[in-house]
Amino acid sequence: MYADWPLLSLVIWTPIVGGILVLFAGDKEDSSGAKKLALLVSIVTFLLTIPLYTEFNVDTHLLQFVERHSWIPAFNINYFVGVDGISMPLILLTSFTTVIVIIAAWESIKYRASQYLAAFLIMEGFMIGTFSSLDAILFYIFFEAMLIPMFLVIGVWGGANRIYATLKFFIYTFVGSVLMLVALIYMYNKSGSFSIFDFHALQLNLDEQILIFLAFLIAFAVKVPMWPVHTWLPDAHVEAPTGGSVILAAIMLKIGGYGFLRFSLPITPDASLELDWLVITMSLTAVVYIGFIALVQQDMKKLIAYSSIAHMGFVTLGFFIIFRIIDNGNGTQGAALALEGGMVQMISHGFISGAMFLCVGVLYDRMHSRQIADYGGVANTMPMFAGFMVFFAMANAGLPGTSGFVGEFMVILASFQANFWIAFLAATTLILGAAYTLWMVKRVIFGDTGNDNVRALTDINRREFFFLSILAMAVLALGLWPDPLVDVMHVTIDNLLNHIMISKI
Amino acid sequence: MSEFIQPNLIPVIPEMVMLAMTCLVLVVDLFLPQAKRGFTLFLTVLTLLLTAAAVIAIAPADTVSTFGGSFILDQLAVTLKVAILLISALVFIYSRDYLKDHDIYKGEYYVLGLFAVLGMMIMTSAHSFLLVYLGLELLSLSLYAMIAFNRKSIQASESAMKYFVLGAMASGLLLYGISIFYGITGTLDLNQVSDVVRMQLTENPIALSFALTFIVVGLSFKLGAVPFHMWLPDIYQGAPTSVTLFIGTAPKIAGFAMAIRLLVDGLSDLQAEWSQMLLVLAVVSMALGNIVAIVQTNFKRMLAYSTVSHVGFIMLGLLSGTEVGYSAAMFYTLTYAITASVAFGVLMLLNREGFEAENIDDLTGLNNKNPWYAALLAIALFSMAGLPPTVGFYAKLSVIQAVVSIDMVWLAVVAVLLSVIGLFYYLRVVKAMYFDPSDEGRELTIKESLDVKILLSLNGLSLLGLGIFPSGLMAYCILAFS
Repeated sequence: MYADWPLLSLVIWTPIVGGILVLFAGDKEDSSGAKKLALLVSIVTFLLTIPLYTEFNVDTHLLQFVERHSWIPAFNINYFVGVDGISMPLILLTSFTTVIVIIAAWESIKYRASQYLAAFLIMEGFMIGTFSSLDAILFYIFFEAMLIPMFLVIGVWGGANRIYATLKFFIYTFVGSVLMLVALIYMYNKSGSFSIFDFHALQLNLDEQILIFLAFLIAFAVKVPMWPVHTWLPDAHVEAPTGGSVILAAIMLKIGGYGFLRFSLPITPDASLELDWLVITMSLTAVVYIGFIALVQQDMKKLIAYSSIAHMGFVTLGFFIIFRIIDNGNGTQGAALALEGGMVQMISHGFISGAMFLCVGVLYDRMHSRQIADYGGVANTMPMFAGFMVFFAMANAGLPGTSGFVGEFMVILASFQANFWIAFLAATTLILGAAYTLWMVKRVIFGDTGNDNVRALTDINRREFFFLSILAMAVLALGLWPDPLVDVMHVTIDNLLNHIMISKI
Repeated sequence: MSEFIQPNLIPVIPEMVMLAMTCLVLVVDLFLPQAKRGFTLFLTVLTLLLTAAAVIAIAPADTVSTFGGSFILDQLAVTLKVAILLISALVFIYSRDYLKDHDIYKGEYYVLGLFAVLGMMIMTSAHSFLLVYLGLELLSLSLYAMIAFNRKSIQASESAMKYFVLGAMASGLLLYGISIFYGITGTLDLNQVSDVVRMQLTENPIALSFALTFIVVGLSFKLGAVPFHMWLPDIYQGAPTSVTLFIGTAPKIAGFAMAIRLLVDGLSDLQAEWSQMLLVLAVVSMALGNIVAIVQTNFKRMLAYSTVSHVGFIMLGLLSGTEVGYSAAMFYTLTYAITASVAFGVLMLLNREGFEAENIDDLTGLNNKNPWYAALLAIALFSMAGLPPTVGFYAKLSVIQAVVSIDMVWLAVVAVLLSVIGLFYYLRVVKAMYFDPSDEGRELTIKESLDVKILLSLNGLSLLGLGIFPSGLMAYCILAFS
């Protein structure tokens, strides 16, 4: 019944247009009008994304909900959007998270609330656009454009050191992406089109592939972020307002991972094979070394930021371990497991890291401190909140039954088919992750009531209960029954894998 | 004895309209009291719009030339002339309140401005060395006077003096190059020059390169490419902001036209030589312009250095020596002029009597005071930085595409990395507007004339509009070189 609707365009443009309307609703004494409008827009957008899932045909790797219109004929650039099993779940994650972020901002943002909400809605449109673009320039436009609202969100509503953090964030990402632009233009000159699928089919020799691969690697490694270009993330996370941290962790980081699947692997398969050691090393360093760094953090947000880097290391590990698995003669079964594990990890991390940042936000709204040392024994005054926080912390540590376990387990399992030591190093995350997360929980939540400020805390209200419980349900559902997610991407992943295995040289 | 032939006057109708109207403005203004000066502005804008209408009305399907081939009207000239006229009209309207506040709201300002526009129109259509030079001098002389227009400002007088001396030197260099070409080819007509150069290419390569060097130097001077950029920051900073706005927009388009006429129409057989020269100029312009702009605290001076870097980008398009490259450079020039008019237009609104808003600090807290203008300026800055979805992105995209298409990927990489440096100082201005707390003691006034507000808003939104639908303008740029 939705076949004739330009559903994807609606999903992209509803929040952008809605965001502009919210902007014009203005900042009056009472900003509840703008808030209600923003909430309405985000919910409508979320509802519009649901048919993408329900009407999705899981038996084909072909693009669905495709729209293609000529846009800039001079460069053969098309307005070309569509989804497959890889991008569709990420779009749902985006529209879902935005609703949560807007509810979370309800009381905590008092300064220029309409601009804040508008920034998130516009960003939502850009992010969905990034996931659904099938034209490289369209992708690049959305990819870059979303930096602007995030730059403003951190810079205007951020903490004390916000200007340093937001400039660093912007410039890091921009440096990465300009090289990608040159690579895209180079491929356009060879293929005469900016369609990503024409790039997939483009024959490139190994030297070209390696340069293009490196250009993509810089762009996406900064975005993910991978060690050693991760340093912007802790700064940005610490200074960003809660909503900014949530979107950053839950969605923006995923765009890097998505980029590897959409661009690097299929466009430059031989270079990926050649240089997989580089990505695997970077990923394992992220998992182990960054895990240790997370252990010593004094600031809760910084700790979660580092834990995000470590968890995203799993995603990139899963994506690039495939060549070794196949090399070992384990067939595409194991490789598919690794790719799917990476994807599940991305979605799961979206929920868990978002929830963790929201938990910190709940505390920050009350105490205006993110230092672990300022807390202690929160469970005594905020029992309900303590329950949620412990649950999400367990999920972050990869407790079986939560979504955090599924992705990590799949990737570790697949890694064993490649190399025991890689799998071993990756598996240390189960210990490290538990160590830093649970140690933080111990110091913040449990123990004797730390000080008078903690004693005066009030437990979460209905609004906070609402968004935390929804996230908890999502984490649990995905942990207990991941099939609905894995099923939609299965065919797409298999097809991608077949494509990668054919050398382009 | 050759018979006198009546030249075809139709292609020059716009210039004749312009000249007649300018004289009319000059005379009418004499009889107006200061309170009715607005009528002069009205007549000035009317002149520009009428001329633009005339250009469009007589726009030929094919190239038409007259006056023995020294004046040409082709698609390139039509598009550039319309752009120059419309942008100049905008510039004059934006400047009104500024001129009032600084006591330079005089009729002569507009007459000089109109003569400058006439000079630019001649430059775009010139097809002989002589006419190129005449148009350039008409433009430059008017600009010298406009910069010095505020007699009370020592800084402005200094700038005008500097511009005059350096500009005269640049003209001299250009003229020297022209004279050598005249010596080699025996003609001033660019078509004939082109033919003779082709024949002389193997016999006289050194003399040709020698002459070409002077032409390129003169051009670089006028465009403001490193190392001939020294005048630019001082003039941008010292001139009244209204004049800076004027210099920063339409004359860039005319300069581009001059480059095309001289290098592409006249000396295309020397393309291998001038591409090499432009390559060096472009890279150092982008590098120096972007790096030096970082440390500026004066907004006008910062934009001057940013202009230097944009000139580098325009040269990248030119040096590719392909039609794609020329049209990319043209697109870049046009959109840069539109973008600069927004940036200076917003800056000018912050002026008030006895106060010249020109530092980045003067923009602090603009978002609190007036979010709309802050947003317009932010769009302009993001466009200069080349971020999508603004039009500056397509300008950069098309130029980089042209560079990559001639297999100079390294140059494209250099260009984009240098533009990252550029991003930093544009963001600094955005930071001042959005992030920095506003000083309690400092006054921030914003002029609220309805016409300026509407036009500036449309102008600012056009950066987004063209960013989302660049095809229309791009089609004109491609048409100009096909």
